[in-house]
Amino acid sequence: MKTNANSSAKVLSLSKVGMKFPDGTEALRDVTFDVEPREFVSIVGPSGCGKSTILRIASGLLKQTSGEVMVDRERLGYVFQDATLMDWRTVQGNVELLAELQGFSAEEKKQRARDAIELVGLKGFENHYPNALSGGMKMRVSLARTLTLKPQVFLFDEPFGAVDEITRTHLNEETLKLFEHECFAGLFITHSISEAVFLSTRVHVMSSRPGTIVATYDIPFGYPRSPELRFDPAFGELSGTISHALKEAHA
Amino acid sequence: MRQLKDPDLIDVDASEAILSSELGEKGIRRWTESILPPILLGMAFLGLWYFISYVVLDEKRRFLLRPPHEVFLVGFANWKNFSEILAGLWSSTIVAVIGLALAITIGLTLATLMSQNKLIERAVFPYAVTLQAVPILAIVPLIGFWFGFGLNARVIVCVIISLFPIIVNTLFGLLSAPRGLHDLLTLQRVSRWTRLRKLMFPAALPAIFAGFRISAGLSVIGAIVGDFFFGRGDPGIGQLLQRYANRLMGEQLLASIIMSSLLGVVVFQLFGWIKEKAIGKWHQEQSG
Repeated sequence: MKTNANSSAKVLSLSKVGMKFPDGTEALRDVTFDVEPREFVSIVGPSGCGKSTILRIASGLLKQTSGEVMVDRERLGYVFQDATLMDWRTVQGNVELLAELQGFSAEEKKQRARDAIELVGLKGFENHYPNALSGGMKMRVSLARTLTLKPQVFLFDEPFGAVDEITRTHLNEETLKLFEHECFAGLFITHSISEAVFLSTRVHVMSSRPGTIVATYDIPFGYPRSPELRFDPAFGELSGTISHALKEAHA
Repeated sequence: MRQLKDPDLIDVDASEAILSSELGEKGIRRWTESILPPILLGMAFLGLWYFISYVVLDEKRRFLLRPPHEVFLVGFANWKNFSEILAGLWSSTIVAVIGLALAITIGLTLATLMSQNKLIERAVFPYAVTLQAVPILAIVPLIGFWFGFGLNARVIVCVIISLFPIIVNTLFGLLSAPRGLHDLLTLQRVSRWTRLRKLMFPAALPAIFAGFRISAGLSVIGAIVGDFFFGRGDPGIGQLLQRYANRLMGEQLLASIIMSSLLGVVVFQLFGWIKEKAIGKWHQEQSG
């Protein structure tokens, strides 16, 4: 639970983190990994293996029962599983929320929201309410909201699990663009191997009960990545290897 | 150019004509589908009313159900009678409004406290349910015994009868904010007050307005029930209803019933309208 604003090269570091819930369930055991600046780390695993618990612990929403977490919580962005928008606020109002809670000036708040909305391609939709938006657009609003705080680390909790495949592909490409453009570090939770390989610099494979990291793969492709990368034989081969590791872990 | 333009013009005219005839058809269909049926049923109802007045009841027993036009002439068109009904209705409306305002104030406060503290919720909730379960008529004599037989007692009946839906709906609404949004605010380390103001309260608005609407209807009922028992001061519509019934003034009795029903409908519509104005932009009704 120490904060670590400068010095070392890591923006997020977990060492031997374990989590046992009061009912006796052991969700995590000995989870150790780092995220360095400009790294995009994904964790793949089946539902219920405790992937999301890692993010809850990293963000401080949950206190681990053993091990150490080092992160600067002031500079953390959290993108939730669903868009978690406030129905009663317009797109503009939703994107302004975090800056508003941080007590930014009205001018600063508006400017940051404007920039973020433009960045995710929602210009022109500022005055729409969430009930008038598609699932993919809601996720973009959610991304824009997180962008306003200019976080050092983005935590993504299976953010595109609820949208259709086509929208998901688009959102992946846009997330990648934001990552290249905004220079944040990312920790991405997903159960989609191709999503993980497409986005990441490194992929961890998790087993379940208790959740722990069983294999790690460095992704050799450079940035910027083009959407065609998905059809590259090397991409397919790597995805196959990871898929195999995932099956091993749950055999 | 002209040659090119002319067919275009004709096309525009034609399409406009099609459009307007479609609109006309739509208007007619809406009329036949949604406006005509209730009118027809209303006319059938009036017919049945006349049938009972003139055919079922013989002349000696016709006072039991006066025909519609007599109700209109005596109850509505006669200003002396009608103004008496209006005055009674007004007096009951005041009681209902004061009662509802108190119920809203007490209900919102209690529900907010309950949402902030589980202990308060556990302590208060059983009594709120009990209050709802007590047959109001059973405690009416006690209310009169304690608070006299005038305005105060009538208002208290209104409050008791309309409090529960406000408490329950508000509490349900305050607790309905999604967990993800709570997490989002937790990550920003907001105060309890900010969480209540920016998340829980706005999230609760649809439920709160639904509660208001139910309670508004109940407070009108409360005002009329209160009238039956607490007649001191200006007579409310409930007092008049009782008086007309006792004196076999069938026309005024029916006119008063129609007017009190109208009050109920107006109150219901008013709160629907307020809800639409307040949250209609972002909240869509799930049913209908």
